[in-house]
Amino acid sequence: MSESKTVNDNKKTESKKIEDQGIQKGIEQLTPERIESVIRQVINDETGARLKVYVDTCLHCGLCSKGCHFFLSLKDPKFSPAAKVKQTLWEIMRKKGKVSPEFIKEAALIAYTQCNMCKRCAMYCPFGLDVAYVMSVMRRICYKLGVVPLYIQDTAHSHSVAMNQMWVKDDEWIDTLMWQEEEAQDAMENLRIPLDKEGADIFYSVIGPEPKFRAQLIFQAAVIMNAAKENWTMPSMPGWDNSDMCMFTGDYEMMERLKRLHFESALNLRAKRIVMGECGHAFRSVYDVGNRALGWRMPPIEVVHSIEYFNELFEQKKIKIRKKFERPVTLHDPCNIVRGRGLHEMARNIVNATCANFIEMTPNREHNYCCSAGGGVINCGPPFKNARVESGKEKAKQLFAAKAKGAEVVIAPCHNCHGGLEDIIHHYGVEMELKFFGDIIYEILELPE
Amino acid sequence: MSDYEEWNWDIGKKQVADLSGWQEQFPYIEELRVSSDGERVAAIVKNEDMEFTVCIQSEGEELETWETGYDKAWNLQFGPDDRLSALVSDTSEWKVCTDGETWENGYDFLWNMTFNTNGVIAVSAQKELLYSVLNNDVPWENEFSRLTGMVISPDGQKTAAVVESVPVLESEIFKFRTGCYSVAVNGETWERNFMNVWNPVFSGDSNHVAASVRTSYYDYYIAVDGKIWDTVFSSVWEPRFAPLTITKAETKVSSDANNFTNAHNYSVTAPVKKGGKWFLAKDGEIFWDRPYFQLWHHLYSPDGSTIAAIVSTEFGRWTIASDNTPWELTFSDYVSDPIFSPDGKRVACLFKENGKWGVAVDGKAWDCQFDMVWQPIFSNNGLQLAVKIKKDGNYYIAINGSILDGKYEDMANPLFSPDNSSMLIRGRQGDSYNREVISLKGRI
Amino acid sequence: MHSYYSFVTGPLAWIAFIVFICGSIWRFNSLWQLTKKKDSAVFEYMDRKFALRSIAHWLIPFGSRSMQLNPAMTVATFLFHICLFITPIFVFGHVMLWKENFNISWFALPNMAADVMTFIVIGSCIFFLWRRIKLPHVKYLTTPLDFIILMIVAAPFMTGFWAYHQFPGFVSMTIIHIVSGEIMLMAIPFTKLFHMFLFPFTRGYIGSEFGGVRMAKDW
Repeated sequence: MSESKTVNDNKKTESKKIEDQGIQKGIEQLTPERIESVIRQVINDETGARLKVYVDTCLHCGLCSKGCHFFLSLKDPKFSPAAKVKQTLWEIMRKKGKVSPEFIKEAALIAYTQCNMCKRCAMYCPFGLDVAYVMSVMRRICYKLGVVPLYIQDTAHSHSVAMNQMWVKDDEWIDTLMWQEEEAQDAMENLRIPLDKEGADIFYSVIGPEPKFRAQLIFQAAVIMNAAKENWTMPSMPGWDNSDMCMFTGDYEMMERLKRLHFESALNLRAKRIVMGECGHAFRSVYDVGNRALGWRMPPIEVVHSIEYFNELFEQKKIKIRKKFERPVTLHDPCNIVRGRGLHEMARNIVNATCANFIEMTPNREHNYCCSAGGGVINCGPPFKNARVESGKEKAKQLFAAKAKGAEVVIAPCHNCHGGLEDIIHHYGVEMELKFFGDIIYEILELPE
Repeated sequence: MSDYEEWNWDIGKKQVADLSGWQEQFPYIEELRVSSDGERVAAIVKNEDMEFTVCIQSEGEELETWETGYDKAWNLQFGPDDRLSALVSDTSEWKVCTDGETWENGYDFLWNMTFNTNGVIAVSAQKELLYSVLNNDVPWENEFSRLTGMVISPDGQKTAAVVESVPVLESEIFKFRTGCYSVAVNGETWERNFMNVWNPVFSGDSNHVAASVRTSYYDYYIAVDGKIWDTVFSSVWEPRFAPLTITKAETKVSSDANNFTNAHNYSVTAPVKKGGKWFLAKDGEIFWDRPYFQLWHHLYSPDGSTIAAIVSTEFGRWTIASDNTPWELTFSDYVSDPIFSPDGKRVACLFKENGKWGVAVDGKAWDCQFDMVWQPIFSNNGLQLAVKIKKDGNYYIAINGSILDGKYEDMANPLFSPDNSSMLIRGRQGDSYNREVISLKGRI
Repeated sequence: MHSYYSFVTGPLAWIAFIVFICGSIWRFNSLWQLTKKKDSAVFEYMDRKFALRSIAHWLIPFGSRSMQLNPAMTVATFLFHICLFITPIFVFGHVMLWKENFNISWFALPNMAADVMTFIVIGSCIFFLWRRIKLPHVKYLTTPLDFIILMIVAAPFMTGFWAYHQFPGFVSMTIIHIVSGEIMLMAIPFTKLFHMFLFPFTRGYIGSEFGGVRMAKDW
């Protein structure tokens, strides 16, 4: 008896191992009344037929399971998309918001860390029910209750103060651009990163982590833009960051503020279009979610992801390469620009234009497995890293299969995918190298005289 | 604009700068800037030592450069008084440089160079990771761990910015919730701290500052001089003070100057969100009672009697509302740059429809559409509206819906003469940067 | 017995059809109004071409990857739905009823075919039941109501087969058959069985989003 109790207790501690200060302290401040009133407010004021139809129409058939890499990796029925709805909104709607703080804790863990909002399951559900949308409603409720994982909440705070994801101060941003400009001048004399240039064809925007951790990407972009002789600009003032963790925490008011600033930065400079760095979630925010929240059916200015832009550079022969990239590559299709914008064929065009040896992962294109990092999951930080990597097991298998066919390099044109795949590659010992398209193009680019 | 009426308004075209000479002399030339009177053209260039400096040329004169070369120069601008300023760095020390003369105070970084209407310059500054503002070379006494959104008062005497009034570290999310941000005016913070503060703005008399704030994740307010409105909203956009004007009826009251100030300067309006829809609120009360999908960039007519705003009347449709009455004409993509005529009777804006830009006045769109349009400009009598436009890669002027002949490769916004009979065009044609005054008689 | 029969084939049948039709209209209308009020943007993104493209792919057997990955379920679902609709309309007994009561008639299924189709429906229901009990990811989602709905759907076919073949107690079974059919009709507007009406809209909407905005396939 006592022995089995110990086992059970162990099991219990095992499942409770993930402790997050943001969630834990958040639920400590909750009362059942507060929970009920916030839930009622969100459900009554902010949702409508869509949520109702999604929850009521689900036939509990389980076909969505094969759409979810969490389920495929962990083989636990609790991780199927519909199961995540069952553990969150079904229960909340059934009990009309009368749920406990403990329930909210579990719901927050599910919504924030066990769904990448990759929308793959919508392609496996015969009814096309959008579980990512339901999870976003759950996140909205948790956000309003102040129950958000600490790391991503901090990132959202950074957005609200600095208007970028990484607490980059106004001066640090400009300083970084000037520094990268100077560095890049070693590659190309008189290369410029033109700041605040009115009437430019391209307003180039990036995500906060680029100036903070991956400044070489700005350097590479500057070299490519200059090599292509583009009339381009970057803004010196806040509005340069296209990323958006507020979209993922559920802070839609802040998301609206961020997207408005980003659009208006480009439009005030009378830019023809926005070209964005190789980021997926930012694209989703600018192209799909943020514009709608502000009242625009489509973005008020053309928004072009790097893949589309690079593809155009090769199609219009605006840049030349010295030689093709030799090492065999495989390609990871990021959810937000493939299921989110259908850029998969353009990505393959770029691979074919730049790489000598291309090995497909399967499944691919719209059916590709998520990196497990998207949807803000990686931004929930170290407490959730192990769980995240475990849910990437299916992805690891996919990578191993590509490697067995000879692939050495994984091209992942998305920052979060990079973060997620890096952890997966390390954890499972896949031993493949990760690259952005920008890395590859920069490496083989023929610089004009 | 200094001595606007004294400028040379004689009809005719002259070359201000011969750019072929610039290209011969400098291996590196940045974007050209032109003074508002069109008499001088300048750009950041690299000199023979590959140092950054500024090159200037006036009509019939040799081109000249600032005496000193710098490690870096940026943000070159002609101020409203037509003095030429840039931010320059020498051995990692940044200074403001105006017409070749640098300020006394040096910093680790300077940015957001801002002018009042008379040309007083303020700039945000950082030294040893502490932040403050430098107004006309006078720094704030207090420094902060973070500073953004600096603005200068209309009289140029004050500056305000959003500051981190309580230093908070990354990942201190619970401390953050207690409120660590405020507005500092000339370095003095408001008494109260907020979770966030955005968009500080001065009143017309420079005595008050309003800003958007939130006190929790979902409680948004407008704060005026640190005091929040009585009403909470689910979101707000930037507030505006009613302009300082004395109408006939009010002149009597204004004999007591203080009363006048109190009665009028504090009137603040802002777009506010309630129940998922946007309204215009005034001093905490809903002022425009009609719900909009979106409402922003509201502005007062010069006499303060009318308010216009960009609104979205239904999802995906944009237009202008004047005193809460939206135009019937709506646009799909975007509406921007609303402006009142000087007499306050007309409103114009830019719009984008199906990817093409256009101009609309009082609910009617011009027939022609463009690849890009710049801020519309009313003539002083309000009868004419001019814009700089881009079409097929070239710049033109359009007035009241028709495009003028002159084609430019680069251009500044046009200006009407004081008597509205002619127009100043400043632009580049080939290697020549020209100043041209054209007669509008018979053209429009 | 006869009065029971007249009741279930008379007033109750009328009630069942009225509840089914009016209930469906009511439910549909309330969702439509709610969409207009709260999710009006949905209409902005509905696109006939992409909606139909998506619906078509999901109405063709094995037209989606999801169906290819679940072949047994795909076969069962398609046969089940076809038989579920065809059988009651074209089974000889029902055609006769329409002829007798309203003097309209149409093609009737041969007995053999009707039997096979009935078995397919019942067999599919057993297959669905098996999934609910045996497959962990389906079991986890299953609620008691799901079993009841399965029963509601299977009952008219089981009882109909019984009654038609005049197995012992077929007279009572005929009444039970009629009642069970009426229960199913009346349940449609108020249960998950309403999915038949919502399918074109949920599928069409996600198809429009994927096709029109995201420029991607959704099958």
